Amino acid sequence: MTTSRSAILRRGTAASVVLFVFFLAAWEWGPALLGIPAFVLPPASAVYAEFIRMVSVNHLLFHAGVTAAEVVAGFVLGSLMGAVFGYLLGMSPTAEIALSPYILALQIAPKVAFAPLFIMWMGFTVYPKILVAVLIVFFPVMVNVLTAIRGIDPDLINLARSFTASRPQIFWKIEFPSSMPPLFASLRIGSTLAVVGVVVGELVGGNFGLGYLLTFGEGQANTPMVFVCILMLTLIGGIAYVAVILIEQRVLHYMPARPLGGV
Amino acid sequence: MRFPDASGRAGFTAIEGVSFSVADGEVVALIGPSGCGKSTLLNIGSGLYASSSGHAFVDGERVLGPNRHVAFMLQKDLLLPWRTIAENVALGVEIQQQTKRECARRASDLLRGLNLADFAAHYPHQLSGGMRQRVALARTLAVDPSVLLLDEPFSAVDAQTRISLQQDLAQTLKHAGKTALLITHDLLEAIILSDRVLVMSARPGHIVDEITIQIGGRDDPMRRRQDSKIAGYMARLMERLEIARPALSA
Repeated sequence: MTTSRSAILRRGTAASVVLFVFFLAAWEWGPALLGIPAFVLPPASAVYAEFIRMVSVNHLLFHAGVTAAEVVAGFVLGSLMGAVFGYLLGMSPTAEIALSPYILALQIAPKVAFAPLFIMWMGFTVYPKILVAVLIVFFPVMVNVLTAIRGIDPDLINLARSFTASRPQIFWKIEFPSSMPPLFASLRIGSTLAVVGVVVGELVGGNFGLGYLLTFGEGQANTPMVFVCILMLTLIGGIAYVAVILIEQRVLHYMPARPLGGV
Repeated sequence: MRFPDASGRAGFTAIEGVSFSVADGEVVALIGPSGCGKSTLLNIGSGLYASSSGHAFVDGERVLGPNRHVAFMLQKDLLLPWRTIAENVALGVEIQQQTKRECARRASDLLRGLNLADFAAHYPHQLSGGMRQRVALARTLAVDPSVLLLDEPFSAVDAQTRISLQQDLAQTLKHAGKTALLITHDLLEAIILSDRVLVMSARPGHIVDEITIQIGGRDDPMRRRQDSKIAGYMARLMERLEIARPALSA
């Protein structure tokens, strides 16, 4: 089994590389072959040239840096608040019942629709973008933590109680560690959602960030520029996602190894 | 340990007028049909739930809540997956605020005694069900309780593993001089592990019989298994539990 597993990993990686080369080639020459004009679907080389141009002319790296910083701030704040509320509500069924209609309403409300409101409140600064990200990351984290706390085997709590554990001891020795796997599952989702929140904020208003460059490129009908922005956003989201996975692997090192370290 | 006239309720009356005591160093098995309130007794004894009337006493002290005299062990091993085996064993000692060194010392002593020393740094998912249950036993003993409450501790492991776990438990209890109340469904287990067997009736449970096991060598259940008196005790238990009577007679 173990030898075949590493063989599968090797074959899969090789196939992935081949597929990537094939994808780039299709992107470069496909549109021309199919008669799609470059202003609709620019070839890979045009997007790369635009990337180089944007770095020097449009301060692409500055804008990408701003967006990345907003993503990190929104993700960290949103997941911290989500986790804290999840634990508090998980430990107080009364509070959960009292607050559940509001939580549900906020969860159903499309968070991105708040972006214009936040910009009206806070102006064309980084804060409304961060706030949209906070709001959008908050819910999956809170719900996962809450469900995790609720789902703990009562016998585990009784075991700790029988050892005369105090309430804080029960939390730190049983409840908090039990919630780690679902917490990380929600952080994975949150890391990609944070990018969505920030970009929507930037699209709605402001003059910095990749979302701003996106609307700028759109206004100039500069398709390659739009593609560069989309790729950069994907890269930022990807880095955030991988960072979460790396932390998760350290924290959840005790878990049985997942097949092929699956993503 | 004494249960003078305890009644317990959890929406219904689970046990009624149950009264018995377990002497120091004695192992008493409690046997009865499903839902006869055996687990309620255990919960009252460990102080996790209060009895609606009557009390439990351990070492002459009334049980008012979880306390350091009593530790329990269930059918589920309840090992924490994020802790190594040694850390799992030390859980109770750690909660009771012993020093790190003391926790580690007790864990390694117990693991050595139960032939688990090589697995101290492993995680629970790397162990078999029987080994995990042995770790749960070590965790229960680590807090050095005067009374052990065992609720069907071996009912989830396979028959062969159960025999060796029974042997380990019996020897550990004997050598450490622990008092234990063993709740079980297994008639043979009740006989070979205990000094005395209490038989409970269906709900609301009360004690209908008390059998003193007159077979020597309580620390050697493997040998006790083969004793000629076993059949007699089994017959009496089956009769008391009304197992022999056809349940679905037309």
